[in-house]
Formats: sequence, C-alpha cells, structure tokens
Amino acid sequence: MGKFDNHGLNAVSPLGGSEPQVDAFAGLLIREVTDRALASLSARQGGEDAVKSAAASYLGGALPEPASWNANGEFAAWWMGPDLWMVSAPHDSHELLAAELKDAVGEAGSVVEQTDGWCRFDMEGGRCFDVLERLCNADIRAGKPGDATRTSMEHLGVFLLCHEAGQKYSIVGPRSSAGSLHHALVGAAQSAI
Amino acid sequence: MIINHPILGPRDSQEFTYLGDATLIDRPDWQAEDAADQFHDYLYLRDNPAGEHRELWFHEQGDRSWLVVTRNTVTHEILTVELARDVARTRGRSK
Repeated sequence: MGKFDNHGLNAVSPLGGSEPQVDAFAGLLIREVTDRALASLSARQGGEDAVKSAAASYLGGALPEPASWNANGEFAAWWMGPDLWMVSAPHDSHELLAAELKDAVGEAGSVVEQTDGWCRFDMEGGRCFDVLERLCNADIRAGKPGDATRTSMEHLGVFLLCHEAGQKYSIVGPRSSAGSLHHALVGAAQSAI
Repeated sequence: MIINHPILGPRDSQEFTYLGDATLIDRPDWQAEDAADQFHDYLYLRDNPAGEHRELWFHEQGDRSWLVVTRNTVTHEILTVELARDVARTRGRSK
C-alpha cells in the first residue's frame, strides 16, 4: 500500500484499462506491465564516481554498463546514455523511489520521477525475433540477455531490454503514445504470426 | 550510412539528426569588447569544404548524446566520431 491511497480514485493502465492488457498469439504473449516505479538518475559533472558508489550501495549492485541493464533483488536499472540511468522497483513497495534514490546519491546526482512518463510491454515466446525485427532496426538476433537498446518503433523512441534472447523482452515507451506503441506491437505480431 | 558511435558501436544514420558545423562548440565570450563582431562571425560565417568536415550530430533515437562526426563531404565517408562533450571539454568549454 502506498502513501497516497486515500484519494478514492481508481488508477488506470497506460492503455486505459483497470487491469493490464494481455494479448496472446501462437508463440507470443504481449503483456502490459504497470507494477514498476521508475526514476532516472544522472551523474552531475564531477560526481560520476560518487553517484556510482552511492547507487551501488542503495541498489545492492553496480549500475549497468553502457547499452545494458541488470537486476539486483527487487531493483532493476538500465543505461540510457552517458552518465544517465533509469532505475526501476516494484511500485507497491517503492512508490517514492525518486525521493529514496535522491537521498541515496545526494548532491552528486540528479534524480527525476519517471513512473507515469512511460508504458511497458513485456513480450514473451518463441516468435519474439520474428516480431521484433519487423518493429525496429536493433540487431535483435545478435542480442544477449542484459542488453538495453534505445531504438525506435512506430516512430517512437523506446527502450528494448533483453531478458532471455529470443524468448523474453521488455519494451518501454512513452506513456502518452501507449496506444500507438501497442497498436504497432500487435500489428507486427499479426503480420508475423 | 553507418555512424560508428564511440560508446554503442555502428548505428544506422537514420537514428541521428544533424545540426551543423562543429565550430558551434566554440561560442564566443559575450563579454568581449568585440562580442558583436565575434557573434556575427559565429552565426553567419561557415566554411563549406569539399572534403573533410567536422559536424555536430545528435543520436536522437539512441542514447541522446551529441557527437562530433568528421565526414568527407565528397565521398560521405565517416572518418572519426567523438563524443561532443569530450571535444568541448578539451577546448575548455565546460566549467
């Protein structure tokens, strides 16, 4: 239970439903994921080493290297750009993730709440390669678990995280275009399967 | 055309957007005596070489980093790619 539960309002998913949407195809599942809190972390100039060590002790493991992501316990983080990362944690237990992260890194880094800026779709199943290669120009088939690639799908900038090569991926895109991104994912799945 | 990103390796040029001449990094001192003249030159005077040219590119559909790309404008061959912030810092641009 979060801190702000007494408002009497019902949260809706990025696609507008009261429950996350699931689309099933033969050999592929596309699931809307809504249970993660997000915060971006950037190192201020001169604070790169301090941010890395402070974040490592807060997250329980080192921040990921360029073009990759990792998970430590309930935390996950991916590299977005030079000295810039996205940190994710379960929303139920870390609704105030940005504030916690800011306390951890202090003046060495800048933290921005990102939870409601993004939508996430997880893609699972043996047809992932066939669908993803129709969606973006990332080198999907050469990818390995732990890869985090920023690429574009349906003219939208998205992050593509590889959990298991060919089998499981997360696609994180702009929430305000969740419907368009979902349309692209489903359209590519229908054309490939 | 492939741009060999210094961190991410070879990426398709469609992921990038082009800004212009890399001399834009060398912004004049606005407090100089002849600041108006310097800014006139900075804004309006560009070399237009047939050959090697240093340019600012932005990896918009990637890691959002600014790059200094050295490109041959005749052959479109990409010779070197550097992070613009590294170039700027070596020129004393960052505080």
